[in-house]
Amino acid sequence: MADEPKPTLQLSCPVPLPARDTVLLGHGSGGKLTADLIRDLFLPAFANPILARLDDQAIVQLNGLRLAFTTDSFVVKPLFFPGGDIGRLAVHGTVNDLAMGGAQPLFLSAAFIIEEGLPMETLRRVVDSLRSAAQEAGVEVVTGDTKVVEKGSGDGLFINTSGIGVVPDGVCLSADGARPGDRVLLSGPIGEHGIAILAQREGLEFESLVASDTAALHALVQAMLHTGHPIRCLRDPTRGGLSSALNEIAAQSRVGISIEERAIPIREEVQGACELLGLDPLYVANEGKLVAIVAPEGAEEILAAMRAHPLGGHAQVMGTVTDTHPGLVTMRTVLGTTRIVDLLAGDQLPRIC
Amino acid sequence: MKYIDEYRDERIARALVAEIRQRVTRTWMLMEICGGQTHTIMRYGLDELLPSQVQLVHGPGCPVCVTPLETIDHAIAIASRPEVTFVSYGDMLRVPGSRSDLFRVKAAGGDVRVVYSPVEALKMARAMPKRRVVFFGIGFETTAPANAMAVWQAKREGLMNFSMLASHVLVPPAIRLLLRSPHNRVQGFIAPGHVCTVMGYRQYEALAREFGVPIVVGGFEPLDLLEAIHMLVEQLEEGRAEVENQYVRSVSYAGNLPAQRIMEEVYEVCDRKWRGIGPIPQSGLRLRPEYAAFDAEAVFGLGESSVEEPAACISAEVLQGLKKPVDCPAFAQLCSPEHPLGAPMVSPEGACAAYYQYRRHAVSM
Repeated sequence: MADEPKPTLQLSCPVPLPARDTVLLGHGSGGKLTADLIRDLFLPAFANPILARLDDQAIVQLNGLRLAFTTDSFVVKPLFFPGGDIGRLAVHGTVNDLAMGGAQPLFLSAAFIIEEGLPMETLRRVVDSLRSAAQEAGVEVVTGDTKVVEKGSGDGLFINTSGIGVVPDGVCLSADGARPGDRVLLSGPIGEHGIAILAQREGLEFESLVASDTAALHALVQAMLHTGHPIRCLRDPTRGGLSSALNEIAAQSRVGISIEERAIPIREEVQGACELLGLDPLYVANEGKLVAIVAPEGAEEILAAMRAHPLGGHAQVMGTVTDTHPGLVTMRTVLGTTRIVDLLAGDQLPRIC
Repeated sequence: MKYIDEYRDERIARALVAEIRQRVTRTWMLMEICGGQTHTIMRYGLDELLPSQVQLVHGPGCPVCVTPLETIDHAIAIASRPEVTFVSYGDMLRVPGSRSDLFRVKAAGGDVRVVYSPVEALKMARAMPKRRVVFFGIGFETTAPANAMAVWQAKREGLMNFSMLASHVLVPPAIRLLLRSPHNRVQGFIAPGHVCTVMGYRQYEALAREFGVPIVVGGFEPLDLLEAIHMLVEQLEEGRAEVENQYVRSVSYAGNLPAQRIMEEVYEVCDRKWRGIGPIPQSGLRLRPEYAAFDAEAVFGLGESSVEEPAACISAEVLQGLKKPVDCPAFAQLCSPEHPLGAPMVSPEGACAAYYQYRRHAVSM
């Protein structure tokens, strides 16, 4: 919408601009408020070309080696949920941020911010789980930190992990790399992590068989890279869901993205929960899925490689990159009409009725 | 998914649209009342499928949109008190009052919680006897019975730390107001299926008779709405003005009688101000005097107050179907979901927000 005429109307705005003077939960939602915060506060403060790429990881050159470096904090509540826990998530989140840059993850740090009063047994279970997730992913936790805060100053346990990996020669993935004609691939059904967590929330509990999809994706990425076909960009659609990931790519590559509603796999339990709660699964978080933008000529082979991997068995071609509506994601609905898939302002809110 | 996919079938949708196209001989202006129906129309691009003679305008049935500023301000005042746990449906949190919203109250340390059911608020009141738990009871006839049940149960249990800030609104008086307006251009209504699931559709017969306007009770899936539109077009082309029920899998003529009984027990009808529209006589529900001990307005002594509605946006005309969101010069320019100038841009079910979220690529701006 960059080339719209400037509004000439002078309207007095009686409604408070809700997000300028206080940090709200919505600033952490991965939607528009998060994007505003990064653009207006963080980017100007730390401006440098590596950060300016705004990918899930920084890629730095060091003695001829390309290192991928990333960090992520985990504040999930409850600490244990169907399909995983905060420890596994802390490994997978950071490993995946590295993997989305095409990197082979190598080392992690783990910092624990613990609220006093947390049962030692809980901490032990989380640490055990973090250790086994790291082992399965083939990464080592090589440094760490511990802080304990007063009761009421934390929410049980927060974990931060940072990670380092090496990007193989010839691999160059970035959210600004999508070009018209490219295909959009999705590795599997969406919305499982978000619904698994939501089902456990105080005040919203419902019976659900949905388990989080949390998983380390670097082996799937390696399998895709091994096809030798050009991959422009990878994103794991975590908070903010598929919609946020696609909108980020569309904005940074200055292209339109057109997706097919029918081609987006959603498990019935997840769809049912979303219908019941009035949520759109396109905005619900995933922790073990990826979106790939690939050149059209290699799309079929990359798809085949994904489907041959256990974490990509239900992979689909879900759309194409276009030169119409740059910066917008549109979707052909099940009725054959077209609608926008917008970035949400803040968190998706349960509707009244 | 069973019971969902059937109502989103492209083949049947196109067949229904073809029938509407064949039947329609002139322009008809139709209004869906409920924000949930507006949401479906925009999300599935039903306006894109319909022939140009079928014009849809969007009604006042978004409870978040029409809750008056004064009530939001009261909610904010109550939620800001240190001894209060304020419990609300999710989409009320972002709605701006005259100076703040509930998200900001939460950010400033207020105990504001989101639930799907008032029963959760009751649980909180039982679990935290030293906190004063206040439930924000808003909505149309759809949410009214469950909210009434919570108050009834609180009284029965003597749960004196529970109260409800009630601001319920009723659909038929709003339709009457629209039809009485000299500017009215709506020729047929899709009545709200969830409201009618509770209330039945007897109430709508007087409206159809008195104003000679056809009314079809409609559901919320794309095929429900296309079928309801088809039924309205048939009536209009045949010169009939009856109440018909498209949403037969949920709505009966008499509605849900136990739900109506609990509403009757707990609430009384009152005049109510609608945000963006103004006062509508006999269009609201408030707690009966017997339940005053559970009425947050009384418990917290908030009294009457009046706040001027912002004059900048055209929400009054949008909510009455006189204009479409895209007719507003501020739409998607000065007014967006992040910086709403008026109520229909605030809730995802508001007509302006639905246009903005799903359809702004298709309208020239």
